[in-house]
Amino acid sequence: MASTSRAPETTAGRLGRWSLIAVAVIGFIYLFTPIVVIVAYSFNKPRGKFNIIWQEFTFDNWKDPFKAGPLTDAMVVSLRVAFISAVVATVLGTLIALAIVRYRFRGGVLIGLLLILPITTPEVVMGSSLATLFISRGVARGFGTILIAHILFCTSFVALTIKARIRGFDWTLEDAAMDLGASPWRTFSRVTLPLITPGILAAGLLSFALSIDDFIVTFFNSGSVETFPLRIFGASRTELSPQINVLATVIIFASVAVMAIGVLFRRRLDEA
Amino acid sequence: MAEAEEDRAKRSAGLVPYGLLSPGVLWLLLFFLVPLVTLARTSLSVKTSRFDPNDIHFSWETANFTNAISDYSEQFIRSFVYAGIATLLCIAIGYPMAYVIAFRGGRFKNLLLGLVVVPFFTSFLIRTLAWVNVLSDQGPVISILDRLQLVSVLNSLGIMSDGRLLSTHVAVIGGLTYNFLPFMILPIYVSLEKIDLRLTEAAKDLYNNGWQAFRKVVLPLSLPGVFAGSLLTFIPAAGDFINAEFLGGPKNTMIGSVIQDRFLVQADIPTAAALSFILMIIITIGVLIYARVLGTDDLV
Repeated sequence: MASTSRAPETTAGRLGRWSLIAVAVIGFIYLFTPIVVIVAYSFNKPRGKFNIIWQEFTFDNWKDPFKAGPLTDAMVVSLRVAFISAVVATVLGTLIALAIVRYRFRGGVLIGLLLILPITTPEVVMGSSLATLFISRGVARGFGTILIAHILFCTSFVALTIKARIRGFDWTLEDAAMDLGASPWRTFSRVTLPLITPGILAAGLLSFALSIDDFIVTFFNSGSVETFPLRIFGASRTELSPQINVLATVIIFASVAVMAIGVLFRRRLDEA
Repeated sequence: MAEAEEDRAKRSAGLVPYGLLSPGVLWLLLFFLVPLVTLARTSLSVKTSRFDPNDIHFSWETANFTNAISDYSEQFIRSFVYAGIATLLCIAIGYPMAYVIAFRGGRFKNLLLGLVVVPFFTSFLIRTLAWVNVLSDQGPVISILDRLQLVSVLNSLGIMSDGRLLSTHVAVIGGLTYNFLPFMILPIYVSLEKIDLRLTEAAKDLYNNGWQAFRKVVLPLSLPGVFAGSLLTFIPAAGDFINAEFLGGPKNTMIGSVIQDRFLVQADIPTAAALSFILMIIITIGVLIYARVLGTDDLV
């Protein structure tokens, strides 16, 4: 691809290229340092309650990764919240994205603004304002208010992601299906849905990830319910057990496995 | 061109779009816009009872704002300085990474992109706590620096304080940079990826100088990515309090900690509301100015 007429690379050019690669390598090391530490410290046998200082190697922490206790309970709460909010937000967000991309209507600019604002609002502001509303209306904070909050910020992300994904699709396929005598429902389920499914799945996964990792908004609206991040925050003050590292390690490897399977699956599909 | 074409493909179908929009938009109105109004109202209220957080009366009380600014201007400024430095560092590290992945990734492009995301499969809090392990007084970094006899040098440079890395602004800014780095890499990658390779080839032929070609062609085309990445980094960083809480000390308190403390610990909701409101206004103004400077007006 390189054209032969160009002058050979100068020393400065070569230096620039190598320093670029050097920065990228350092960047990746930076990204992975905590991950290596998390995995390593899952094999630590801490003296005292805080798993901060390396003492000695042990497999003890791995004997029962999902040992019953507040940490596992909190993980279950987080999974439930993430699942429900991902499903609800994906439905709400997909409908918004379809309306924006497919139809002409008044107030499009305002809708766009309403979607982008939750993303450009700092989480403390979003969390404290929702909590203020709940307090002023006498709503007790708990599982339901956590869900309301998570569905809120996920919906914006879903709508914007799907909107970007489905722009420029060939929607005349729908008309073709209709012309061939398909009912509106059949057209939707056989033509529209398969077209937008990859985008919906991606947005759903993004919602799940956003929800399960949220701390600040949840912190303001949780009442006495504890999600996994809230449990970690509490633990950081009282007892940082190596089980946290064990669970985190399990989560990392499980997510990598899911991602790898997804990639292989898509490659198969492409080959077929 | 594409826009007009897209618009022609759109249908006007009476009430259908409103039906599609209404559930989600209603949710956003009820739980985003209404709370902001309540927040504004509360920020102008007085708290009459010391013990009952619900006992709040609206009275156009502006003292919450003046007190918030005079009492916490230090934390506000610190938050914006930390978030600003973290954003610049994210650009400095994230741009080369995005560039290398986009233009030198070859068939490993997707793998490298995956590697950018993998660390973020763990909880934000656990990642930040891992930095406590790394930077702690008995941790690996300090012992290496000690062996290299660099501690006193770094102390005098203000990078370490009293031989410690924890509870310094370096640790907090480092944590913020770390936690929001992928939000910088990914948008920049997306904008670099969109650039037509023939364009960069032409630029290299035209300028016969890689740097000039980059500055005149690639950089301007990637600015929307830098803009989006900066917002996704700066805004959460300015409001964050986890990094300051775990990696910083009492001297590194950020405004998020203050809001959290006022609201949840002291139940002084009017002051917390005023602080939140000020934070949001400053960030909104900042975003608008930044959009002007970079010339990217279309946010959505």
